[in-house]
Amino acid sequence: MGTYGDRGNARVLERRLAWRDLPGEVVEIAAGEPIPSTLDVYVIGGAEDVPQTLAAEGLGASGPAIEQALDGGSVMLAVCAGFQLLGTTYVRTDGKAVPGLGLVEAATVAGPHRRIGEVVVDTGRVGVGLLSGFENHAGITTLAPGTEPLGAVRTGSGNGDGRDGAYQDRRLVATYLHGPVLARNPALADLLLSWVTGPLPPLDDDMADRLRAERLGAAASRPRWRRS
Amino acid sequence: MSQPSSPTQRSARTALAVQAGRLAGRVSRRAGMGAGVTIGGRVALAVAPGVIGELAAGREAVVVSGTNGKTTTTRLLVAALQASGVSVVSNDTGANLASGVASALASGASGARPVLEVDEAALPRVIAALDPRLVVLTNLSRDQLDRYGEVGTVANRWREMLASRPAQRVVANAADPLVVWAAQESDTVWVDTGLLWREDATACPACGALLEWGDGWYRSACGFAKPEAAIRLTGDVVEAPGEHVALSLSLPGRWNLANAAMALAAAREAGIDLKEAAAAMSDVREVGGRQATWRLPDGRRARLLLAKNPAGWTEVLRFLAGADSGVVVVLNCRVADGKDPSWLWDVPFELLAGRPVGASGERHLDLAVRLRYAGVDFVDDRDPLLAAGKVGGDDVEIVATYSAFVDLVRRIRSLRSA
Repeated sequence: MGTYGDRGNARVLERRLAWRDLPGEVVEIAAGEPIPSTLDVYVIGGAEDVPQTLAAEGLGASGPAIEQALDGGSVMLAVCAGFQLLGTTYVRTDGKAVPGLGLVEAATVAGPHRRIGEVVVDTGRVGVGLLSGFENHAGITTLAPGTEPLGAVRTGSGNGDGRDGAYQDRRLVATYLHGPVLARNPALADLLLSWVTGPLPPLDDDMADRLRAERLGAAASRPRWRRS
Repeated sequence: MSQPSSPTQRSARTALAVQAGRLAGRVSRRAGMGAGVTIGGRVALAVAPGVIGELAAGREAVVVSGTNGKTTTTRLLVAALQASGVSVVSNDTGANLASGVASALASGASGARPVLEVDEAALPRVIAALDPRLVVLTNLSRDQLDRYGEVGTVANRWREMLASRPAQRVVANAADPLVVWAAQESDTVWVDTGLLWREDATACPACGALLEWGDGWYRSACGFAKPEAAIRLTGDVVEAPGEHVALSLSLPGRWNLANAAMALAAAREAGIDLKEAAAAMSDVREVGGRQATWRLPDGRRARLLLAKNPAGWTEVLRFLAGADSGVVVVLNCRVADGKDPSWLWDVPFELLAGRPVGASGERHLDLAVRLRYAGVDFVDDRDPLLAAGKVGGDDVEIVATYSAFVDLVRRIRSLRSA
């Protein structure tokens, strides 16, 4: 799934490895194809309602393979609809409930309006500072007690309760932020990579830093959503 | 509830609406607020909500809609109609909401045939008001997701609108599953433009199953499939039942051949000879600033291209690939562009690697990051004309999103007239 340029996340990961002379290859899995358990990083993006249902069916079949990979040390980035599908259930705008993979204890209901705009998330003890992104979704996601979010929302909606995404240390990052999120936030990209490769030397991220600063500034004018 | 007004009362109201609209347009122009087209139409619609239907009555209107190509397709069709002696009125300023339609209808001779481009979200309302003779549907793809919402929703709204008008004559692009979904229950002439942008049609619009794609075809488990097209574009040749014509457009690119094929099919519906229509289209050189050329201060030739969304950008970059001219890419993210530029990552900027490139526009930093990851070296300047001066190459192509494009057209016109 990649309605919002989310394939860019995979591209960013691959390039950041290549710039450090580390091998990496993007394997694109088309809708309907089985997902292998042999990959090191899994990236799953956003989609419209109907393709999301399709992806859910495809993912459901590949669920055990993904879980096996994560248990074996692979890591996952899930964005927007991808995040929703990793949860336990997703209730679409038409009321249809789509079962998720259950890799994250989170339930999503499509809310009455879309939440669209710049988002700022403070990752707190996850340790990658402020994240900049853009959200466009109707989902309201509730994390089960004990499930850690990626961070606290400073601007925008995120999960809808002042928090965004979900976080499992050295295993999984889920978020409502696209942009793509890893292009805007290189520190998050390197965090994911370092879970697989170990510590990484820094790169020249001048352009990304300038973009991130500009977007964080622009986002300051958008209010935080209240729980509705 | 008020009584339905009589025809004479309605006409008086419509005449008043037209006058009020013109006045508002004049005031807006004098105040330097723009061409006054949109405000004039808004005022006319406020005075007489039925103004579009009344002004259009008996005039056999044609409307053109779709994500990409509606302005150019409209312009090419207008050229074909005018060359055959038909008097035409069109919204050629690009004001394509209901207000722009009302303005255009009020502007020309009362008998002139309206040929109007219509915004894809405004289309259902405009068709209901206008009762057009012909509807031309080019394509549907992601554009301004933050404004229109999901593209599948637009397709469903088109389908509902056309379902309420089963006798509506439609010319529609068979190569686009979402357009086919919208128009398949109508009296439709299918045109196979060969352009197969499939990124936004993963799932079958009819049943939600995975859409299966092959070379020049698509189909779904439920039977939904590409319809047999009566009119077909192959290379630069358009084939219709019993005749064919080779296009020799002044406009560049595969996407303009597709626009011309759609316009030819519509001209044919108006009874115009295919070859005469094609000849008239070959004289169209510039459409609302698209493909405008001018000289940079350093003497190099520059050309302006519009690309609004991933499908459009992908077409333009493929068209530019292989040449060694400089390319300045310009990104704005105002409301008219869509505020979210994530789609940059669905566009193959990698095609620009190895040639002189400039990143520009209000969101040049988003482009800069995208180009860096695409392995493209670039110069960076927020101002597109300054970026064009900095970038290398014998000629310079400037590719801009909508609002940046509109700004540049204005600046280029003032440069030309200086």
